[in-house]
Formats: sequence, structure tokens, C-alpha cells
Amino acid sequence: MQLIAPATYIAATIFLVIMIFIYVLTLSDASKTLQTTLLSEQFYKGFSVPVLFIVPLLTMKSIAEERRLGTLESLMTTPASAFAVVLSKFLGAYTFYIALWAITLSFPYFVKSVLPADDMMVYLLNGRSMLGSLMFISISGTLYISIGIFTSCLTRSQLVAGMLSFLILFFVLMMSFFVIKLPIMNFNALSLVEEPLDYIRAFKHLEDFSRGMLDTRPFFLYLSTTLMFLGITTLVVEAKV
Amino acid sequence: MSQEKTAIQVTHLTKSFGQVKAIDSVSFAVQSGQIVGFLGPNGAGKSTTMRILCGLLEASSGEAKICGISVASHPAETKRRIGYMPERNPLPEDMRVIEYLRYRARLKEIPRKHIKPAVEEAMALCDLNRKASRRIIGTLSKGYRQRVGIADAVLGSPEIIIMDEPTIGLDPHQILGIRRLINTLRGKMTVMISSHILPEIEMCCDRVIIINHGRIVAHGSSASLRKSFLPKTTYRLAVKAASAEMESILTGMQETLSLVSHQDDIDGYRKYFVETSDDADIVEFLIAKLTERRCAIREIARLEPNLEDIFMAATKRSWDETHTPSIQPETSTADI
Repeated sequence: MQLIAPATYIAATIFLVIMIFIYVLTLSDASKTLQTTLLSEQFYKGFSVPVLFIVPLLTMKSIAEERRLGTLESLMTTPASAFAVVLSKFLGAYTFYIALWAITLSFPYFVKSVLPADDMMVYLLNGRSMLGSLMFISISGTLYISIGIFTSCLTRSQLVAGMLSFLILFFVLMMSFFVIKLPIMNFNALSLVEEPLDYIRAFKHLEDFSRGMLDTRPFFLYLSTTLMFLGITTLVVEAKV
Repeated sequence: MSQEKTAIQVTHLTKSFGQVKAIDSVSFAVQSGQIVGFLGPNGAGKSTTMRILCGLLEASSGEAKICGISVASHPAETKRRIGYMPERNPLPEDMRVIEYLRYRARLKEIPRKHIKPAVEEAMALCDLNRKASRRIIGTLSKGYRQRVGIADAVLGSPEIIIMDEPTIGLDPHQILGIRRLINTLRGKMTVMISSHILPEIEMCCDRVIIINHGRIVAHGSSASLRKSFLPKTTYRLAVKAASAEMESILTGMQETLSLVSHQDDIDGYRKYFVETSDDADIVEFLIAKLTERRCAIREIARLEPNLEDIFMAATKRSWDETHTPSIQPETSTADI
């Protein structure tokens, strides 16, 4: 179903346009000033921008459209359980999401093919950093896609599902970042939340992964919250049929 | 066709939505291979009962069994035995017919090697195996969409087919096609159909269950329901006889007859409606008496009450029972 939906291809096009744009900008900056970090590290730092657009586009239709058409009812008359239905929706969107991110791995190779300077290749093509970044994107993607699937089950309107998804993703991605910047953090009482907020900062996880630091805590954080969202979605689907 | 095996067994099934009871202690049984019509006015509880049978809704109390398996305890097992066509027949707009049926076959856990023949069989049964199989569902006419819904329901030859209003919104030609289609399933599968189009049910179904206000008010074959709810038989006569003469003829007959009404003369013939207290055949008596009195006869017809009359009588009786406090409501039970 995912592959025959026009929204999927619109999402893919938007994603690639944004990613190419970010890559060109990163490359342009890198060519002007001396860099202390690798190109892939800087490039994947911009991951939140495409995530905010692509996840709602990929997931908003998944359950909302089934509910609008009434096909969720006929789906639930098959031996497939509600969790199996939710999981299949999740895996469909997630596989496509990862496939799109995997395309970005080809960008440095494309640049390499047009740039003859071999001494730049260490900076452009650092396999460990690229794989680390992609690993973070794969792990964090489970949570983002599950949020999209969750918002899609709340309403019959794709548009509302997409907007809700965007809102929650924006909150999840930017919350810790903004809260830490707020002046209220200067109060002693609130300093207690500083550590938990720091723990859930997606950008910090990305930095660690792209530098080759594989901490198990983000794995636990993203996978447990993913399961929680998928579980809630299953309950909502069962209740709304 | 095994008449002994019970395909659907419903016992004291009740479903409440808040304070409102959608169905109240409904009990019935359907034998394997039968085509059963499920009738009732809007909001009577037809769809609720069907949705419980399909495992889409949980009953508040009571038990529903499909082929002897409890729907509440083993939902996946019972779903494997049911092909369900929902009321609005929802279909994905952007899939081709054949793609959709293959997708449904996989969902119904039909083994991979059997998917192709199962889909072809369902499409052939519903006359979708020519051009229509490659068409996008969103571009199909209402009749073809209904066929796709039925093809989905019969896919994989489940033991029970449940169809909620399969002929709604169709033109007479399409209804005829769907009726033929349902007739082809007779004996092969147990079919339960809900419909508002009563002649359809009468022509298709072996048995009828009438539900009103969430309770079973009538059950059985059309003939037994006719006997139970409308035991009187009406005759229509067009004869050259005055009302007084007609009354004297009827008084002289053995049967308990009553002249219900008469209409004005047309070409000298007057139309009378005569009612008997039972289903006795009085045509020969009437002809003999009228001939004896030298009354010219143009027409004598026995008017069989149709399912619509039975439906009206059954729902009216249930309405009277519900709204008369002195009458103790009976338990809703149908054993077919």
C-alpha cells in the first residue's frame, strides 16, 4: 500500500531535494573555512529538517485513510491482529524511511566522482562516521515513525494526522534543546531536570554516534518509546474499529 | 449439504452502548449450507449482531459461536472461517481488483501456492475475471464494486459468508446479478445476508430472522412465518354481483369468510376482497357458488402475503409488546 501511494513519492522527492540542498550547503561551508569536524557529521546534523517533513508525509495516510474509507473494518475481519496491522504499517513506512536515508550515503561517492583531489577523500568519505550517523538515524527513526503511525490512528483526516505528527516531532526533537536554553534553567530547583533533558537530546545522540560512541542508553530510549507508541496505537485501533 | 452441523450459534447475546442496548438477549442458530436473511428496520441491531459474529465488536454478555468455536475466546480462528462484506463495502480506491484480492488472500492466510487459483475462482464466481480484474477499484461502477466486495467475502471458500446489505444502491439488473451470485453459493457455504429489500431476501433465502429493537421477533421459513404472523388468507374477486348478493353467497359457505372491502364497478364488474380465518383454499367453492347464482366472474385470485407483510406484522407485534406494560416480553430465541 505504501508503494502505490502518491504521497510516498512526493515525500521521497521532497526528502532528496532537501538533503541535496543541505549537502551542497555543508560542502560549500567546508570549502570556505577550516573544519574541525567531518563532513558527514556536519551533514547529518541537519537530519531534523527532513524528518519533520518526511515522517508526517510517509505515515499520515497509513491508518487515517483506512479509517476514512472504512477498510480498517474489513482489515480487522481477517485473522491479522490489531498489533500485526499496526506493526505492518510501521515496518512499511520505516523500511521506506531507511531506504531514503540510505540514498544519502551515495552523495560523497557522487562528489568523489566529480572531484579528482584524493587528499579530500578522508574528509569526505569517512565510513565509520557515516555508518554511525546512519545507525543513529535508524534507531531514532523507529520512534519518529511510530509517532507518525500513532497520530495517524487518532483521526480520519490525513491532514490532521500529518499536522499532529509534525507538532509532536517538533516537540520531541526541539524540546530538550529549547528548554536547556531557557533562563528558567538557572533556578536550582529546575537543575534536577537538566540531566534527564540532556539524556533525551537527539542531537547529542547523533554527535555520539557519528563519533563512534555507541551508548546503549539511546537504544533503550528509542526502542522502548517506539514500543510504547505502537502499543498505544494498537489499543486505539482496537477501540476505533 | 449437512443439515445437522450448526454453522452459527448465538446464545443470549447482548450488546450495550452506554445505557442503550443495541441487542438484547438475542439467540439463534443457523445450520450449515443455509442462506439466511437477517431483516430489521434501521437501528434494529442487525449490523451490531453481524459485527459481533465477525469479531469486530465484543458482546456485553452472551455467546456467539462460529462452527462450534467461541468468537470471544478464539477470534483469529473464527475469522478464518468467515468472509465478511461490510455495509458500505469499503474498498481501497487506488488498487487494481486483482491486486486487492491477492492482498486480501495473503491477509486471510491462504497458502502462497493457493493464492492464484483462489483469486481466480473468486473472480470467476463474481464475473470479474475479464477486463474488470485489471481495473482500478476507484473507477468501477457500484455494481462492480459490490462484486469485488462479494469476491473478497468468498475468497478462500470460507465456511460462512456474512453480507451486510449487499444489494444496497444497486439497479434492478445489478440486483438480479447479485441474486444469481448468491444462489450459486447455496449448499456450498452458509450465507447470512441483511437487507432492506424484502423481495430479495424472499427469493434468495431459505430462512429469515427478523430483528426489531434489538430482539428477535420472528424466525423461520417464509411459509412458516406467513402461517404464524398472517394466518388469514385474502382473495381478490372481480365479479358481476351486488354487495348484498355477495354477502349472501359468503354467508352460505362453510368457511368462516368475511368481506373485507370492495371497490367501485369497472365495466360492470365489482372488485371484492374476501378474507378467510385460515389458509383454506376456497377458490373452487367460490366459483361454484358464483356460477350457481349466475354471476359473471372476471378474476378470482388468492393473495399470498409477501415477506414485506410478514415483516410489517412481526415488527408491529414486537412494537406493541414493547410498548404494552401488561404483556411480559418473551425471550428472543430463534432456532433455525
